[in-house]
Amino acid sequence: MTRLDRKEGPVAPTPAAGPTARPAHRADATPAALVAEQVSAWFGDHQVLEDVDLTMAAGRVTALIGPSGCGKSTFLRILNRMHELVPGASLAGRVLLEGQDVYDPALRPLESRRRIGMVFQKANPFPTMSIYDNVLAGLALTGRDARGAALGRRRRRTDEDDALVERSLRSAGLWDEVRGRLGTPGASLSGGQQQRLCIARSLAVRPDVLLMDEPCSALDPTSTRRVEETIREIAAEVTVVIVTHNMQQAQRVSDHCAFFLAAEGRPGHIVEQGPTADVFGRPQDPRTDDYVNGRFG
Amino acid sequence: MPPVTSADPDVPRTHLPLRERESGDPRPPRPRVRTRGLTPEALVHHLAALLGALALAWLLFEQVLPVRGTIGFWLVWYLLFLTLLAAVSSTTLDRQGVIDRLTAALVTTCGLVLVTVLAGIVVFTFLRGRSALGHLNFYTQTTALIGPDAPLDQGGILAAMAGTAEQVGISMLISVPLGLATAVYLSEVGGRLADAVRRVVETMSSVPTIVAGLFVYSMMIIQFGFDRSGFAAALALCVSMIPVVTTTAEVVLRLVPNGLREASLALGTSRWQTVSRVVLPTALPGLVTAVLLGVARVIGETAPVLLVAGNTSEMNLDPLEGPQLSLPLFIFTQVRLPLDQAIERAFGAGVVLLTLVVLFFSLARIVGGRAPGRVSRRQQRRLAARFDQRSEERPDQIDAGDQPDHEGDLP
Repeated sequence: MTRLDRKEGPVAPTPAAGPTARPAHRADATPAALVAEQVSAWFGDHQVLEDVDLTMAAGRVTALIGPSGCGKSTFLRILNRMHELVPGASLAGRVLLEGQDVYDPALRPLESRRRIGMVFQKANPFPTMSIYDNVLAGLALTGRDARGAALGRRRRRTDEDDALVERSLRSAGLWDEVRGRLGTPGASLSGGQQQRLCIARSLAVRPDVLLMDEPCSALDPTSTRRVEETIREIAAEVTVVIVTHNMQQAQRVSDHCAFFLAAEGRPGHIVEQGPTADVFGRPQDPRTDDYVNGRFG
Repeated sequence: MPPVTSADPDVPRTHLPLRERESGDPRPPRPRVRTRGLTPEALVHHLAALLGALALAWLLFEQVLPVRGTIGFWLVWYLLFLTLLAAVSSTTLDRQGVIDRLTAALVTTCGLVLVTVLAGIVVFTFLRGRSALGHLNFYTQTTALIGPDAPLDQGGILAAMAGTAEQVGISMLISVPLGLATAVYLSEVGGRLADAVRRVVETMSSVPTIVAGLFVYSMMIIQFGFDRSGFAAALALCVSMIPVVTTTAEVVLRLVPNGLREASLALGTSRWQTVSRVVLPTALPGLVTAVLLGVARVIGETAPVLLVAGNTSEMNLDPLEGPQLSLPLFIFTQVRLPLDQAIERAFGAGVVLLTLVVLFFSLARIVGGRAPGRVSRRQQRRLAARFDQRSEERPDQIDAGDQPDHEGDLP
């Protein structure tokens, strides 16, 4: 169900040399969709990530967990080149999307971002746009039609647009709640609905990967459950990488889990990663054990 | 129902207030609690202090002291009022309460004084200009063909109004694109050069306008040999307008949440697409305010216009050729004439100018206070109708949740 043939055609999974080739990942036969190799990051002179290797399998949900300030969000933002928007931010390492480095100088950042969507901690629908236009924003802003082809002219609403809006909203689990008021401003929705609108907006550009930075941290339990259901449903279409502070959420939604930590004078790094059941059920590192059982962090 | 403290697991220990209330006696609704406003006690204190101070001040000025004077009387009355208020309040309040009340009295007075001064200016100008404003010819004629001592039912400020409209219009045409573009640069691009630019803009806003006029005078008229003209005046006005537009617009652009920029960029848009399609529309009401504030700032500007616009009483619609009148200039020249009619004309023009400024500021408030992105009811209905129509036409496809051209993309 992944769309490998969209740009470069199928590329063999990157040889995950060194630390990425862990047994946990070998057991998973799915080709790697997103591979981070030796990623380090800095804000000015302050290093926040050190040598992070992580393979995020295609069509799976990977959760990044860890205490605040351990670099999870920074890592997530590195994956679709949002990190570099922060003044003074820099990074090292490679991020391979189906074998191609998203930091390849030949690629414009916006091409990487188009294929790797992002949902933010705070729901941020465009206040000047209706629900309908918010969903289509990714296409309208970049001047493309519902199939993703570039438009030379000004956008006009087509039946394809309507279909795409409906499908995206259905995927995000919001359609039934908003179908009667698609023309109202996106900001008129409740917080949970806004967040699902943002998910629909990200899905409408049909990304290969969807990054989610604590998407439920400001939501009530019902909305959280809806978003989690949404994540499970879309996981078949896109690779999901989610940062969460909620252990139960990580267990509920993710297939793989990576535990980040910045402690003992070291910048953020992965302490342990593997299938979610094993990270939570029988972790090898005592710190992971402590964290997933709520004993620190 | 009394609180249950029994340890018996069969007896519930929670309360169900609604059910308990239904079974109990009906209770009358409670009156609303008063949380603000003057309490009767405070009212009495303030009135007592006010009247006591008035009486004391009268006693001092009329009976005891050998001095007279209105300003002194008001000042003494106010100081006595504060003292008495403190004294009366201390009968029921502690130190903190007294200080609180005195501070409240002081800041309220400051606000009232400001409003009074402003109202005074408006009322005074209006009263002095009233006689000129009543004549229709005041708005439809010029003073070109009449003598300065002509009665008020001859001549008017049409030339001045036209000149002001043209000069402000031209300076808007120049300042608004320049100012907004600079604001976009400062807030969206940034960097070290932006800091320098910001400083220059700030300095520009503190350049005395007469100096701006001198600059345009020496550049345009002495250096390049242009005539004094409305265009030169408009250029001089730009010097005042650009910094106002730029700084206000930059503040407004900075208020656009960064999350929106990131959301847009994360959808794969370029920086320009993000700025033009997300940031600027979001900030639009504020940007309109910025422009209107700029206009209101320069519409009454006299000093630079005085130097470079030349002076005439004739109607001149060509801003590039020959001297041009404007409202501030008209006021300036008329008020210096030792004739009652001329002074009344000046005040009449002042009222027109004031009205324009107030109009612009109110417009700025209204536009700036409006929430962005409202979709009209008609648009909403049309959109809803379209989707209803779609689900009637192809109910099976809608329910399946996909369309032929997307098949295979999604499960």
